[in-house]
Amino acid sequence: MSWFSRRRAALACRDAVALVTDYLEGALSRPDRARLERHLADCPHCSTYLEQIRTTIAALGRVEPESLSREAQEDLVALFRRYQAG
Amino acid sequence: MAGDDEADLVRRLQAGDEQAFVDLVNRYHKPLLRLALSFVSSPAIAEEVVQDTWVGVIRGIDRFEGRSSLATWLFRIVTNRARTTGVRESRSKPVDLTDEASAPPELFTADGAWAEPPRPWTDAVEDRLVAAQAAPHVRACLDALPETQRQVVTLRDVEGQSAEEVCALLGLTAVNQRVLLHRGRARVRACLTDKIGEV
Repeated sequence: MSWFSRRRAALACRDAVALVTDYLEGALSRPDRARLERHLADCPHCSTYLEQIRTTIAALGRVEPESLSREAQEDLVALFRRYQAG
Repeated sequence: MAGDDEADLVRRLQAGDEQAFVDLVNRYHKPLLRLALSFVSSPAIAEEVVQDTWVGVIRGIDRFEGRSSLATWLFRIVTNRARTTGVRESRSKPVDLTDEASAPPELFTADGAWAEPPRPWTDAVEDRLVAAQAAPHVRACLDALPETQRQVVTLRDVEGQSAEEVCALLGLTAVNQRVLLHRGRARVRACLTDKIGEV
């Protein structure tokens, strides 16, 4: 196997992990995507990692925006009334 | 916010409905404040910028045509105002990727294999992590991120803004946006792993 083809074939776990976000963002070239998918098919650890990143994204999607204190809300309502009237 | 709910909220705002304004500030004041803080030097100035933004919204809601989402529109107004203010204070913060380049949380051996492979999360753990009760823990992990990573992850994964929109808002290249998102998500994942016992 030539150096070039070996380089194209082999993907270390560190490299696979580095590509995960580009993969999820659809930003990988077709060959890189194929290489990563081959790695994932053979590597339970990296598959676990990808699964956990997906869960992390889902968990982040459930985070509620921080709520506002009643006082701050009243200040803004006063602002609304002032500009609504003016 | 779903499209219909949002269209309804916009109609109510345009009609001068005070409750609609209350709903809007409750939902967006804090996220806007956080975004403003990344451009200006003090919480007081950020608060001023966001107050200004609300005045702009009250006055300008009639001109909102729904070409972008309401959230995107608000984030853009606050970014523009915060940038102008930041420049006036001669403190526009450039994004410094090296500043946040501390080692990623995953550890690998010299040949690039996992030094400590991730332990699979059970289905029960996954269910708990995406349940509403876990949200405060997830929020704590998010708050622990370096500033720019927190900003990118919040806008993308919490607020649901697109990659293009986040690049425009924060003045990032597409590549840098992905780098920050990658590092931020990786850290949140590591942080959640540490908290699994508590969640």
